[in-house]
Amino acid sequence: MTTERSTAPLIEIEDLHFRRGTHTIFEGISLQIPRGKITAVMGPSGTGKTTLLRLIGGQLRPDRGRIVVDGHEVHRLARSELYRLRKRMGMLFQSGALFTHLNVFENVAFPLREHTRLPERLIRTLVLLKLEAVGLRGARDLMPSELSGGMARRVALARAIALDPMMILYDEPFAGLDPITMGVIVSLVRRLNDALGLSSILVSHDVPEVSSIADYIYLISEGKIIDSGTPEAVRHGSSAWARQFMEGLPDGPVPYHYPAPDYLDDLINTGKS
Amino acid sequence: MTTRSIEIGVGLFVAIGIAALLVLALQVSNLHEYRQTDSYQVSAYFSNIGGLKVRAPVTVSGVRIGRVSEIYYDPNRFQARVVMTISTQYDYLPTDTQASIYTAGLLGEQYIALGVGGEEDALRDGDEILFTQSAVVLEELIGRVLVNMTAP
Amino acid sequence: MVSLLQRLGHFGLSVFQSLGRAHLFLLRTLWSLGSLTWRPRLLIRELYSVGVLSLLIILVSGLFVGMVLGYQGYITLVNFGAEEVLGSVVALSLVRELGPVVTALLFAGRAGSALAAEIGLMKTTEQLSSMEMMAVDPYKRVIAPRFLAGILAMPLLAAAFSAVGVWGGYFIGVGLLGVDGGSYWSQMQASVDFYDDVLSGIIKSIVFGFVASWIAVFQGYDATPTSEGISRATTNTVVYTALAVLALDFILTGLMFSA
Repeated sequence: MTTERSTAPLIEIEDLHFRRGTHTIFEGISLQIPRGKITAVMGPSGTGKTTLLRLIGGQLRPDRGRIVVDGHEVHRLARSELYRLRKRMGMLFQSGALFTHLNVFENVAFPLREHTRLPERLIRTLVLLKLEAVGLRGARDLMPSELSGGMARRVALARAIALDPMMILYDEPFAGLDPITMGVIVSLVRRLNDALGLSSILVSHDVPEVSSIADYIYLISEGKIIDSGTPEAVRHGSSAWARQFMEGLPDGPVPYHYPAPDYLDDLINTGKS
Repeated sequence: MTTRSIEIGVGLFVAIGIAALLVLALQVSNLHEYRQTDSYQVSAYFSNIGGLKVRAPVTVSGVRIGRVSEIYYDPNRFQARVVMTISTQYDYLPTDTQASIYTAGLLGEQYIALGVGGEEDALRDGDEILFTQSAVVLEELIGRVLVNMTAP
Repeated sequence: MVSLLQRLGHFGLSVFQSLGRAHLFLLRTLWSLGSLTWRPRLLIRELYSVGVLSLLIILVSGLFVGMVLGYQGYITLVNFGAEEVLGSVVALSLVRELGPVVTALLFAGRAGSALAAEIGLMKTTEQLSSMEMMAVDPYKRVIAPRFLAGILAMPLLAAAFSAVGVWGGYFIGVGLLGVDGGSYWSQMQASVDFYDDVLSGIIKSIVFGFVASWIAVFQGYDATPTSEGISRATTNTVVYTALAVLALDFILTGLMFSA
């Protein structure tokens, strides 16, 4: 049983449909996320990449299809079972989502205090260990409002690995960072993945950074998977859309202009819209 | 803000709240009356109780010794029956004590004043006060005055 | 015309939807209250921000309301030569009505809006979401302690308000206007009944505490996660609490003091 599981994919998504109001977000997505690898889900803004993470975490419920995480079908679990599964998932939110009324140390200690009955000395050791891993052991007494965006994300990462999860979900880990911080985070993601032997799923639209660390890429647009493969394969793949996305070209299958009536007509018909 | 000062603050808050409740119970309201469980009841019939209400004071020489606990109309005697609860501290009331309904001030609430009689025997629990004086109804009084003035 | 009807229908539906959400929310909150027995610390922290931080405004307001009652009551009563009953007028007004109601209104402005804003901001900054992903139930960790703290704090605050108010009336009536101090207290004790008046007032304030805390935490939790959404949640908290408290006060007064 265990051996079978350890070779099976960590996450299997089959025929996932999801819509929000009248707006369709996913239209039959199937993908597999292997263990021990960094898998990236990429796509333009607004394609529901964050929604995908929330579906995996069980915070949202799909309209159709199923999501299996480590052998458990997420949306069939009772709340207590779902919570037990979530203890083994770490999630890094784009904003960091640190608790603003707790300092850095207490933020990282939070999951330990909530889920374990460890003595204070041991909690201190564990927290310092995690903070050291992200290079912020010296910032333990700062409040979240005193941290820069990159530091907040690193603290959040330390918090996400506090319970030694089997996987980490990264939501846009590279968005809005300066080049140095970006480099720090990129190497952190890779190092944590390899050193802790966990699996990483990251959603992002930062092509160069993802290409440099991801083992496998899924490209999503308009609710469907456009292309998948190693970064190299996707870049040189057959899909014109994938090439436009990976190269960052302004025009191509994705038009530069938002759909609009004819330019000249529009200019002449002033005030008649 | 340390945990310690938060806990002290909350302790202070709860203490102030409970102190306020005690003030309301003991100083503002009549809770101390309820605590005197040792009491006995006597009743009296009045042909008119005026505006007398349950919980109205019962006094002797102006000192409050109990309260009205029950008022109802007795269809057999065509009179109102008033039950008074009196503290056992005051168990020396003679059997020929008289009960009158008076008004505190011109427009104040009505109360029962007991006039102590001269008998040796004291009233016991469940006894009846035989001598009563009904409430003075202002309209009746004015009517009587008018009749007296116009009569001669 | 049709569009007007449609808008009316849409409005009605959205009102019923949010009422339904509010009740489901309440059920889950009540369900989560039990977990607090293991974590009294959480409750104490919230009692601090809901109770201790509201105490000063409640005490000061209570003092002033009592002083105004002393003044106004005296001016009215002295016309009938009945200034002796000033104590019972002040105490009855405070214990039955003004204590619970004004405390609930001040609570909505001081603590309720802060609760709504705090929870709304935690939602906007994904703190609630990240808590869920850490397998910590926000209902147990965030909502339930705040809700319970509001319910517990309200009767204590209302009692403090009334007690201080009675003394405020005493200062004005006895200290300034020359009413006899002995009759101030004895008239008060003669007319204020512990069960009918004091206990009814306490029950009222517990009900108000329940409703005010429910509205505040729900508005925060249900807020649209934008800065505009949070500002709407705090405004709604104050407005809805005021309306609900005044309407409930009418109903409860009818039930309690009708006899």
